[in-house]
Amino acid sequence: MNADQALLAYVSRLGDNALILGQRMVELVAAYPELEEELANANFALDFIGQARMFYTYAGEIEGNGRGEDDFAFLRDENEFRNFLLIEQPNGHFGDSITKLVLFESFYLLQLEALTKCADTRIAEISARAEKEIRYHLRHNTQWFLRLGDGTEESHQRVQGSLDNLWPYTGEMFAADEIDGIFAEFFDGPHLEAIHAQWMTNVELIISQATLDMPEDQWMASGGKQGRHSEHLGFMIAEMQYLQRTHPGATW
Amino acid sequence: MYTQGLDQKGQSDAKGDGLEAAADLAAFQKRVDAEEKIEAKDWMPEAYRRTLIRQISQHAHSEIIGMQPEGNWLTRAPSLKRKAILLAKIQDEAGHGLYLYSAAETLGVSRDEMVGDLLSGKAKYSSIFNYPTVTWADIGAIGWLVDGAAIMNQIPLCRCSYGPYSRAMVRICKEESFHQRQGYDILVELCKGTAEQKAMAQDALNRWWWPSLMMFGPSDKDSKHSAQSMAWKIKRFSNDELRQKFIDVTVPQAEFLGLKVPDDECVLDKKTGHYGHGEIDWQEFIEVIKGNGPCNKQRLAKRRKAHDDGAWVREAAGAYAEKRAAKAA
Repeated sequence: MNADQALLAYVSRLGDNALILGQRMVELVAAYPELEEELANANFALDFIGQARMFYTYAGEIEGNGRGEDDFAFLRDENEFRNFLLIEQPNGHFGDSITKLVLFESFYLLQLEALTKCADTRIAEISARAEKEIRYHLRHNTQWFLRLGDGTEESHQRVQGSLDNLWPYTGEMFAADEIDGIFAEFFDGPHLEAIHAQWMTNVELIISQATLDMPEDQWMASGGKQGRHSEHLGFMIAEMQYLQRTHPGATW
Repeated sequence: MYTQGLDQKGQSDAKGDGLEAAADLAAFQKRVDAEEKIEAKDWMPEAYRRTLIRQISQHAHSEIIGMQPEGNWLTRAPSLKRKAILLAKIQDEAGHGLYLYSAAETLGVSRDEMVGDLLSGKAKYSSIFNYPTVTWADIGAIGWLVDGAAIMNQIPLCRCSYGPYSRAMVRICKEESFHQRQGYDILVELCKGTAEQKAMAQDALNRWWWPSLMMFGPSDKDSKHSAQSMAWKIKRFSNDELRQKFIDVTVPQAEFLGLKVPDDECVLDKKTGHYGHGEIDWQEFIEVIKGNGPCNKQRLAKRRKAHDDGAWVREAAGAYAEKRAAKAA
């Protein structure tokens, strides 16, 4: 794999994480427990979809074959999506959503901070914008994580369950592959080991403030970054792509 | 998104309790007649307060329930741009719900009470949202027709005598006008597209046209209760006047799209400059309001489930806040 191929793969992976998470959040519209949270969820989902559009547009330009954002979103198969397994997990209850967001955004914020300093100007620019959005999301979602962890006995139990269930999907975020390696080397990209250490410090603090127990060291799932997904992604993509697939070539 | 013939029910409210001093009532009416805004802390007749609470809260509920038929296509929106626009629109609806609940709260009712009335089925919301969105073109039709009808109803509400409501409506109307354009734009694109896309657009117009006309409420001859709302300057035009205005504006837009309004009597009368319309099926309207529309049960069930599923979350937030307060004390 050469540097240009790694750049393309890296950018489309950023787009995949943003789109698949945004799509999961979109599934929750009109089903939130409070109106204020309805607004927050829609707003955050909009940020992710906006980020996906910017990353995919850039990926299409790097590729140079005339593909645009919608080709990446609607006309690729499941195994071409390279998002984390964590992100494609079904929504579950409110505590599951909040925990998923706290675990992912604690990583993503560090990744974006590093990307604002990378050698690729366009990625740096998109990341600078996204970083501001994610910083705010994470603050909001962390507040909910604390409320649920240190709220009632029931909420404590529920969110501890969310944390335990989702934890095995966090390892993949830090498992560097060839694409991460080339991107770090040739584009001054993030070093995942350093991000992992910082993430662990931050997450341990939040978990302890939420009066929750840290999950034990354990086996970690992997494969999303390489296009090997759980059964959940296929359904999500089938639903998302249905109109584009049913009416090939139509414009909307 | 919308208010509907909300002045139809609760006529007894408008009679008040008879204990209000005639002098106060006269002074109040004088202020209204002088186009002064009535503010939350000002004296107002009890019936005025109750009418507004009912109207504003029903409007808020309509915004919240209206998120569902549109949300139905969010996961399947055909492009990322359309998905983002639709999501932003639905977020606006939630925001409208929030301001409207807040505006109603200035009249001395809590959001919990209003939401409780929605969930129990006591409060009404716009009957249009009890129709299903079965194709992507329905998202276009909702923006164009439903938001279009809502704007007709709501522009006069920007001049409503009650200050908090009129100010909320100014902002809401700006956003609704954007919503209407996005809906029309969806249909423009479909009508320029393949034969299947154009057929989808015509089918959506066929299904949404009549329910949209019903949004203005019963015909003036059957709507005897508007007089008090008119005198209080809550309402400024009759149902039929607004409906006619909507038809006159909308039919040429349909023609521009190359679509046909599903009403053979909808032709331009050159003498009056107005389009006619066939008889509206008021029985259907009554049935939908009574709860027998295609989606009434589904819409309320979804809202109740969201509320019930969130009970433990609200309890947790309350418990957490108490713990923080205890620590701070």
